[in-house]
Amino acid sequence: MSDQPYYVPESSKLPFMMAITMLVFIIGSAQTVINLDNPDSNAYLILVAFFMMWWTVMFFWFRQVIQENHAGLNNPMLKDSYVFGMAWFIFSEVMFFFAFFFALAYIRNFAVPWLGGEGEKAISNILWPGFEASWPLMITPDQAIFEGPKEDMSLGTAYSHGGLAGVLGWLPLWNTVFLLTSSLTVHIAHLGLKNGNRNQFNIWLGLTLVLGYMFVIVQGIEYYEAYSHMGLTLNTGIYGTTFFMLTGFHGFHVCLGAIILTIMLLRSLKGHFTADDHFGFEAGSWYWHFVDVVWVCLVAFVYVM
Amino acid sequence: MSTVVETRDHDGHHGPAKGFTRWLFTTNHKDIGTLYLWMSFIMLFVGGAMAMVIRAELFQPGLQIVQPEFFNQMTTNHGLIMVFGVIMPAFVGFANWMIPMQIGAPDMALPRLNNLSFWLLPMAFGILVSTLFMPEGGPNFGWTFYAPLSTTYAPSTVNFFIFSVHVMGISSILGSINIITTILNMRAPGMTLMKMPLFVWGWLITAYLLIAVMPVLAGVVTMMLMDINFGTSFFNAAGGGDPVLFQHVFWFFGHPEVYIMILPAFGIVSHIIETFSRKPIFGYSSMVYAMASIAILSFVVWAHHMFTVGMPLAGELFFMYATMLIAIPTGVKVFNWVATMFRGSLTFETPMLFSIGFVTLFTIGGFSGLMLAIVPADFQYHDTYFVVAHFHYVLVPGSLFALMAGAYFWLPKWTGNMYDETLGKLHFWLTFISVNITFFPMHFVGLAGMPRRYPDYALQFADFNAMISVGAFMFGITQLLFLFIVIKTIRGGKKATPEVWEGAGDLGLEWTLSSPPPHHSFTVQPQVK
Repeated sequence: MSDQPYYVPESSKLPFMMAITMLVFIIGSAQTVINLDNPDSNAYLILVAFFMMWWTVMFFWFRQVIQENHAGLNNPMLKDSYVFGMAWFIFSEVMFFFAFFFALAYIRNFAVPWLGGEGEKAISNILWPGFEASWPLMITPDQAIFEGPKEDMSLGTAYSHGGLAGVLGWLPLWNTVFLLTSSLTVHIAHLGLKNGNRNQFNIWLGLTLVLGYMFVIVQGIEYYEAYSHMGLTLNTGIYGTTFFMLTGFHGFHVCLGAIILTIMLLRSLKGHFTADDHFGFEAGSWYWHFVDVVWVCLVAFVYVM
Repeated sequence: MSTVVETRDHDGHHGPAKGFTRWLFTTNHKDIGTLYLWMSFIMLFVGGAMAMVIRAELFQPGLQIVQPEFFNQMTTNHGLIMVFGVIMPAFVGFANWMIPMQIGAPDMALPRLNNLSFWLLPMAFGILVSTLFMPEGGPNFGWTFYAPLSTTYAPSTVNFFIFSVHVMGISSILGSINIITTILNMRAPGMTLMKMPLFVWGWLITAYLLIAVMPVLAGVVTMMLMDINFGTSFFNAAGGGDPVLFQHVFWFFGHPEVYIMILPAFGIVSHIIETFSRKPIFGYSSMVYAMASIAILSFVVWAHHMFTVGMPLAGELFFMYATMLIAIPTGVKVFNWVATMFRGSLTFETPMLFSIGFVTLFTIGGFSGLMLAIVPADFQYHDTYFVVAHFHYVLVPGSLFALMAGAYFWLPKWTGNMYDETLGKLHFWLTFISVNITFFPMHFVGLAGMPRRYPDYALQFADFNAMISVGAFMFGITQLLFLFIVIKTIRGGKKATPEVWEGAGDLGLEWTLSSPPPHHSFTVQPQVK
């Protein structure tokens, strides 16, 4: 390692500004959800203010970090700190998704069968004697409160409705193709950057973004279908709940990843990154591979099994 | 490799900035550590005042002082503040102060992120405490916020609670990423993992646990948010969900959380016992393996908090045996501390007194934990004051004693002044006596069937409850003495040597620095042999 010093910034206004931003976030989000049924409420404006503050602070924060790196202040040890930081951040994201997959597993293997009178906890079916456990859960225990969905999103249903054509028209199949391909294209872009081939980097990263945005659009179409034609909403019991929460948080993370990679493309067009110093992009590509892995789990546990 | 710290300072001076904005904009690990410690100290008195309200109400049977609704808000907020606002941030404060000094680093790895982790906390707790003054009142569903109490039947301020918990979680995750990165990346050359001080080991494992379970807490409050406001049915059996699911996800976070609050304490106590026994810790590597096994086991014992909800027998047995298994590594630690003291040249300065108090009283809490682990016995103990006694024994004479011991141990290093030994010993004995008067009788009323979280109780519990309340008031007032001692030490006192404690110079890198240490701890990384 070099003898260059570990750069410790003397002081910075940015973290405190971000903390204030998060204070606005707490107030804005809580007031917004409390006033959901109140059409006269302006609480959402606090959330709008939060978003503007958040983007502003993030912009200046990242700008400063990038400028410090360009000024040569970051020694190899500091660069390693960013690598460690990103790796552990992704681990925390993994655990966030774990909580929702855990909930899905518990619901499918224990809660719903027990409600249907299975096993040692069969006593619980005295609440709703006629209830039959099934998955996807189309008829909820109390249809008056949570009316079950008319159709579900699973591969089995797509096949039984349309055979092979139904499978080809099954949107998650195309989304799987888009997302898996995009993981490959972002890798090819990375190889281009490492070999000093800037054109290869820009083109393949651009292609990755096209695939990512197509994923988001198809997911939007899927949600639209669910809400307008399939009677599948957040309020249709536990199937709709787990379906929308798992795919929704994943879709949100795809959007985040796409935004990160878009910024990386813009940075590349501005001339940032060198063949051996481009961790900003690499961190973004790690994130992109991470959302891809989550998607594979989603297809397995939410759509197919 | 030698690493020199660079500060970008236009005036050419190396030291803290002037004025109060120093504390808002600082990136210095010592400043941030101080902020964490003061915030948790203030929150100790806020949460403590709530405990005083609880004990004043329970001094006599019947309703005297507060309404049951307000009593519920007091128990809930007392728990939330003590766990998330006192114990956790205080240990992060110690981590900030000590880890760079103990591993020979100039500062934390990501200094700006460090400042953000701190300042998120006052924002989150400001909002949480402010809910008490809102028309509907604050959270009133217990610090474990079980659904459907916290969803269907919660006041609308639960939404402020949910987003506050999100921000606390972000703070913990960012802080832990910073700590783990510092430990893994910035150790002095020659300091291999198995040469790291035990406090650093404790925090490495704690930070890992935090990054693993804080997102799960975020997940469970998000499910609550959706159930309350957006019509989902995670915790509603009418839609096919299950309120028990809440408890599973919550305790998947909650049990590792318990060890998050004790592993750094293990580290602090290990340093103090070896220093005042004047010999290195007995069984260093077994201490490390014990902490690691406790951390791993903590992921597979969560359902022992919910034996009575109706689990299949196989589940109850699994969680019972897995829980009992934790007694083995914990026992290894207790025996190692005792073996370290065995034939040592012991002296009993205040930190050592608190540490010995920790070892004995934490062990009592550990034993009552074993009793609670036994499924058939737990059906009797569940949700009684026996449980309250158990977790207060591990948290007050456990975590809090370790924090106080650590404060006395390192205050001379931090401030450059020795604390007043006579006052320190007085503080210890008053605390030690009052803590036992407060929490020991809780075992008896609990075994006799007094349920927790109620503002009233049956007449036969009156005598013990009066005793508990007197002990609690004594404990509360005694902590004002602690505040006085800390302020007195900061303002002056006998000058401390760099070594501070006789023979400590060989026991850790922090004792090779001056007292108080320079603004940037190690501008040149030392070589560890």
